[in-house]
Amino acid sequence: MREQMISRACELLANGSVDRVIGWERGEFVYDVTPAVFNDAEDLKSRFVFDLFCGANLSKYLVSETAKGGKVLAFLKPCDTYSFNQLLAEHRVKRENFYIIGVECNGMADINRIREAGASGIKSISSAGDKVTVSTVYGDREFTLSDVIAERCSSCKSRHHVVYDELMGKDGEVLDSNRFDMVEKLEKMTPDERFEFWRGELSRCIRCNACRNVCPACTCEKCIFDNASSGFENKAAADTFEENMFHIIRAFHVAGRCTDCGECSRVCPAHIPLHLLNRKFIKDINELYGDYQAGAEVNERGPLVNFTQDDANPSIVNERGNG
Amino acid sequence: MYRISLDSIDNLFAAISAVEKLYIPADREDGQSYFTEWKEGVKLSDNLNTFRSAKGLFFPQVQDLVSFRTEGKKIEVIDTRKETEDFVVFGVRACDAASFGILDRVFLSDPVDSYYKTNRDHGTVMTLACNRPDETCFCTSFGIDPSDPAGDISCWKDKENLYLKSLTEKGEKLVYALKDLLTECDENAADTVKAEVKAVMNELPLSNLKPDDFTGEQLSVFNSEKWKELYRSCIGCGTCTFVCPTCQCYDIKDFNTGKGIERFRCWDSCMYSDFTMMASGTPRLTQLERFRQRFMHKLVYFPMNNDGVYGCVGCGRCLRKCPVSMNIVKVMKSLGGDAK
Ligand code: SF4
Ligand code: SF4
Ligand code: SF4
Ligand code: SF4
Repeated sequence: MREQMISRACELLANGSVDRVIGWERGEFVYDVTPAVFNDAEDLKSRFVFDLFCGANLSKYLVSETAKGGKVLAFLKPCDTYSFNQLLAEHRVKRENFYIIGVECNGMADINRIREAGASGIKSISSAGDKVTVSTVYGDREFTLSDVIAERCSSCKSRHHVVYDELMGKDGEVLDSNRFDMVEKLEKMTPDERFEFWRGELSRCIRCNACRNVCPACTCEKCIFDNASSGFENKAAADTFEENMFHIIRAFHVAGRCTDCGECSRVCPAHIPLHLLNRKFIKDINELYGDYQAGAEVNERGPLVNFTQDDANPSIVNERGNG
Repeated sequence: MYRISLDSIDNLFAAISAVEKLYIPADREDGQSYFTEWKEGVKLSDNLNTFRSAKGLFFPQVQDLVSFRTEGKKIEVIDTRKETEDFVVFGVRACDAASFGILDRVFLSDPVDSYYKTNRDHGTVMTLACNRPDETCFCTSFGIDPSDPAGDISCWKDKENLYLKSLTEKGEKLVYALKDLLTECDENAADTVKAEVKAVMNELPLSNLKPDDFTGEQLSVFNSEKWKELYRSCIGCGTCTFVCPTCQCYDIKDFNTGKGIERFRCWDSCMYSDFTMMASGTPRLTQLERFRQRFMHKLVYFPMNNDGVYGCVGCGRCLRKCPVSMNIVKVMKSLGGDAK
């Protein structure tokens, strides 16, 4: 796939269809890939990669690429296309600035899962079909892709590209995903158990704000939490209340706009399953207003910014409240 | 040198915590390890290193400094410092142990930071030599030996035993208090473990990385065109600064309680847009300048002002944690040649 992507990108650069290319750059090790912009063929040939570790969603970078003008070739995986559409809907990117090639994706690996399985001192990682071989200074390890696949990919919501100018590889289907399983488990807990669960998770937060900064739905020019005159600015959670509130407020803020791309959980250095907060909102929206997937359509009013006669009434809180 | 069987390591922890509060690296829900107060049942982690460094025990992420109570026109200044208890931290790796020396240069030079000094004075550091260094480790680039960590007491672990050697008066005192549990042993008892770690270190991909390139003309590094490419992917999250054992910048903030002010400090990050914000604004307006600051500080300014000591210990945390995998190693490799 990498070769095909590079040669198509070179063609589009050469015939003037695009001015630059956004993709992923080879890292220091095999797995530490960095989002990057490429300006010419030589650049692409030496630095561009597309492999199992290109999970990073490039959508957030497209906001600043739009501001720079010109035409950018963006390679988007199915989940990335939902983020792109959502950014379009929110007027954060302009469609005419991008030439989109939708790339087929069968799931990305998560280096943390490889590490959790005990692999350290990694020298190289290769994959063939479903097999992933990790060679380390302490010996080789064999995994199947399902052992090391990223959580969000193991519960992928869709292999379908919702926006593209051309496709590379196959376009898939919207999947019947298991992504709400854990949310259901949490819903079945008693309030005390659930509180314990979230305290355990959220108390590891270091307030780096990586989750916010990477989030394609968090594109405010100045976040209230960075604004000294807002009265809410904080660089460190002084107490557990603040820690909880930050995450709950953020989840509310992106509710109805979060496409469940999973970037927040991917980047969290403390491995906090932030996607579960967002999925709870998505599940609730589905139940209260009918199935809705943010980013699936551009010209649609989301349920939280729309009014219909049969919208749920505030009293729903009492009916659902005790869970 | 002393030894104790690994089967009895919990007894050792119990004995230490009977005298002083003890922190050891222990795993949490996410499988990462954190310095945790030892209680019955807390198990020493097998992980190479903790998610956050040991820095927080001496320089906490949030720390109260002083408070003010106001009544009419009167302001009362209240010293909120409490009596600091003695504590022991066990399992600090050589890289983190070396980071204390860097923090000391900042906080213990004139004017001395009394909050930090108190914690340093009350803390006893028991380091633990590494057994399984990782591909992200490059402590040796900064002259740190992972097989021979500094500290008040250095420890080594093989399959059966933990070996201990005290290096300071504080360490001596603690070993003395534990002597009923310990068996005296040969000074060379840990030599095999040391040799094994050294051999692995040589095989690791970053073992040849050297920061020497950065001792030259600092302006040429500052003005390098390469920053324009390097900073681009940085999302300015500050994760790298928060997990770093040597990052030492903090902000001082006032919290208005309605009846007065609680003044506290908290870790700050040069990656943030409001870092060193002044009445006239911030001196670094773009992410390029902020990103450059972090690496200029560690690789150029710090050694310039501190007898050539770099502000990085090669722990590799920023390599593992940056959401976009941009880090000090990539910066060193990319800019090294420009520093001449
Ligand atoms: S990325 Fe993780 S640690 Fe950082 S602020 Fe978000 S939840 Fe907290
Ligand atoms: S800059 Fe990175 S490698 Fe160096 S001490 Fe800090 S976290 Fe560790
Ligand atoms: S950087 Fe060196 S001292 Fe630190 S954990 Fe790795 S091998 Fe050990
Ligand atoms: S270098 Fe990486 S970890 Fe540091 S602020 Fe930038 S994106 Fe965050």
